[in-house]
Amino acid sequence: MSLENQSYTLRVNNKSLDVQDAWIGESLLYVLRERLGMPGAKGACEQGECGSCTVLLDGEAVCSCLVLAAAATDADIRTVESIGDGQTLSDVQQAFVESGAVQCGFCTPGLIVAVENLLTHNPRPTEMQVKEALSGNICRCTGYGRIFDAVSVAVARRTGVSQ
Amino acid sequence: MSVKTRTRRDILGTSALRPDAVPKVQGKFAFSSDLWAENMLWGATLRSPHAYARIVSIDTTAAWKIDGVECVLTHEDVPGKPTYGLIASDQPVLARDFVRYMGEPVVLVAGDHPETCRRALAAIKVEYEVLEPLVDPEKSIDLSVPPIHPDGNLIRRQQIIRGDQSLIGEVVVEGNYELGMQDQAFLGTEAALALPDPGGTGVELYVATQWLHEDRGQIAACLNLPEDKVRLVLGGVGGAFGAREDISLQVHSCLLALRTSRPVKMQYSRQESFFGHVHRHPARIWMRHHATKDGRLLRVEARVVMDGGAYASTSSAVLINAVTHVQGPYKCEHATVDGYAVRTNNPPCGAMRGFGVVQACFAHEGQMDKLALACGISPVDIRLINAMETGDRLITGQTILNSAPVAQCIRETAEIPMPPNMTNDTDVLAIPGGSGLTATPSKIRRGIGWGVSIKNLMYSEGFDDFSTARCTVEDGRVSLKFATSEVGQGFVTLAPQIARTVLGLDEVFIETIDTGIGSAGSTSASRQTWMSGGAVNGACKLVATNIIAEVAKMRGLDPSTLQIQGTDIVDLSGNAVESVVAATKGKRFSETYEFHHQPTGELDENGQGDCHTAFAFVAHRAVVDVDPDLGLVKVVQIATAQDVGRVLNPLSLLGQVEGGIAQGLGLAVMEEIIVENGRVRNPSFTDYLLPTALDAPDVIARYVEVPDPYAPLGAKGVGEPPCISVTPAIVAAIRDATGVDLLRVPVRPQDICL
Ligand code: FES
Ligand code: FES
Repeated sequence: MSLENQSYTLRVNNKSLDVQDAWIGESLLYVLRERLGMPGAKGACEQGECGSCTVLLDGEAVCSCLVLAAAATDADIRTVESIGDGQTLSDVQQAFVESGAVQCGFCTPGLIVAVENLLTHNPRPTEMQVKEALSGNICRCTGYGRIFDAVSVAVARRTGVSQ
Repeated sequence: MSVKTRTRRDILGTSALRPDAVPKVQGKFAFSSDLWAENMLWGATLRSPHAYARIVSIDTTAAWKIDGVECVLTHEDVPGKPTYGLIASDQPVLARDFVRYMGEPVVLVAGDHPETCRRALAAIKVEYEVLEPLVDPEKSIDLSVPPIHPDGNLIRRQQIIRGDQSLIGEVVVEGNYELGMQDQAFLGTEAALALPDPGGTGVELYVATQWLHEDRGQIAACLNLPEDKVRLVLGGVGGAFGAREDISLQVHSCLLALRTSRPVKMQYSRQESFFGHVHRHPARIWMRHHATKDGRLLRVEARVVMDGGAYASTSSAVLINAVTHVQGPYKCEHATVDGYAVRTNNPPCGAMRGFGVVQACFAHEGQMDKLALACGISPVDIRLINAMETGDRLITGQTILNSAPVAQCIRETAEIPMPPNMTNDTDVLAIPGGSGLTATPSKIRRGIGWGVSIKNLMYSEGFDDFSTARCTVEDGRVSLKFATSEVGQGFVTLAPQIARTVLGLDEVFIETIDTGIGSAGSTSASRQTWMSGGAVNGACKLVATNIIAEVAKMRGLDPSTLQIQGTDIVDLSGNAVESVVAATKGKRFSETYEFHHQPTGELDENGQGDCHTAFAFVAHRAVVDVDPDLGLVKVVQIATAQDVGRVLNPLSLLGQVEGGIAQGLGLAVMEEIIVENGRVRNPSFTDYLLPTALDAPDVIARYVEVPDPYAPLGAKGVGEPPCISVTPAIVAAIRDATGVDLLRVPVRPQDICL
């Protein structure tokens, strides 16, 4: 492809990964999915509206569809692939499975990252804080009820408080 | 609401968990858009910028010259049938002489990178002679405009004439109702990966779809290949809601793959997705209800106009659903109904959850409230007085043979406690306007509204509807094979529950979902629990009979004295003869079963006939808070009781109920594709508003379990009913809060406060 290309290195999930000869217009979402073999983050709007593509950039949740990959070379990038250890699930992931928070699952990876991030910053969120924190993650299947339930299950387990 | 999620065995009735939930929370589940192949190209589509135009010329020369472009195709390159379509084959694979809606596919390209494709599309020159679009459905009905398609501008007209045509009630109410165009807005946009066979003799397509076999037939015809040379495999599906029943990129991706002899992946952006699939029909419905002065419904008059857009899709079936459901779940002897599905240059419309009944229900529930007011009785009583029962006749003359616990649904909903009133402590996020802090709390008004609905299940009008499943038991393990699309609804959870229940074995595997077995029909019309559930149940029962026969033979027993109970084969006195695991050690049993539902018939010209096979019912009560100054609405609580026949998986069921309610809320107060003179104005998630976590109401659900005698598992389909009567319930609640006679959805702020 004779486009405007560049090579650079991204630091994703504690690994340095080389991106070779990539068009500079590619979003972080595209590079993660199509070049680095990490399709966990999903694209559903490519406009920063749905949260399916949520990843952590230096500890902050961002829409990876809105980040230029070539501009994220200095950042610490974490994706859904880094949550849990690949075999066992994190408490949030486990709660999503058990609470019926997953239907089609397209919103799920973004929500997992968003909830992990919420609970890192606020281990005991109120119901409204949960709703506000997740209001940038659209789910078309569940109507959110089971997702809220999953968050409260995870919070209860993490803080040792029974529901 | 908290839900019990674990029991010892994941049989029917338990909250068995989704087998695919673990890979989904890990980001490892392969959606169609995640697929990748060595040497793969990207495909892209050039679409019409006009609602109606004649194509003068197409010049692709400049696109071919772009580095990395491997292929550019126009209508001339379609080797087989030039059109496709679900009921009528009326939509061109690629436009030839005319484009009939904004977004119609005209040219395809394949290139080495999505950006290469975008540049190639930009380099293609299509010269159009722009024509005046036909956008008023009434002009399609009165035939005042020349046909915009060889099949004409009227897709279907259906009348229903029953009983006394001149009957006038003591009380008469009427209204003109209107519904905007809703989008399914599944989260995973259209995506597919096409792999050509060597020599171009066939193709394998991994695709997110609702109906593999129907797609295959349409694709094979357009490619001019025998059906057995087109193999479809279900790629992971990110939601569907009706939008994947029609062909979108299926033929296109196969054409590009066969032409380039390379794998081709296509994936729509969100904007393209708005143009790439059919939507819910916008509708205008006039109704006049006649009743006795004490509120008994006597006669319904209705005129229903549904805008099908440029191509027919399932418009004719959507219309039939609408006109045959105008009475709602109420007894009614006399009817005068006239329904039209028309062609215009608006975006094509077809299947969306609720399929025509959503439109009818919004109107008939508005009417029931008007009737209640006119008769001086409550919205609950008017519905109870008229509630349909088993044995009642529809306005089509069809007798309801299914369980029909309408009154029970209403009563159980009414028993659900109301939400607490707003107080000074109420979080601002929970009041209309939310963090915008636009509302003066003391001015907020609360309203309560009701909606009740009837929904036909499965396919109608004589369609031979069936599903196929194979059950194989080997060494104590079960494998199930079917072509049932899993779109998120949870059939992959239910099928193993059925197998465990019937066979007494716990290890159940689902084989690849593809066209390597007979059709399962579509994942639509709330039909897969009944249809594919019936097929899996049937196949498992045949295998169970074979296992018992084998055990009886080995032990010299009479097979009729044996049955499977729990995980054992037991005799007449209930004593375990052998576990099923032990009985199947070193043996293999396999059976295939095809399940058909009770046959249906056609409607005659007066709309009389047994055209539906089964029905489900539901009641919704909505509580809303409204800021009358700015016209902003917060839906506080939805209470519902749904007729489900039998609960097969409480957790999955609740997910369907809550999810459907959110979609019905979207139609009530948020979601509309805005079309102006044929042009879509808001094809993005920025401008098309979907319910978020902050919009979700509290949902309190109850289930009415009256097992249906015709349902193979006693259970009715549960997918569609949750989204149907919740919309009119919310609108009724807003009317109650504001006193404004709102007759159109979505209700916009200006409808309330101006
Ligand atoms: S894809 Fe990034 S927010 Fe939707
Ligand atoms: S589970 Fe389908 S979008 Fe959330």
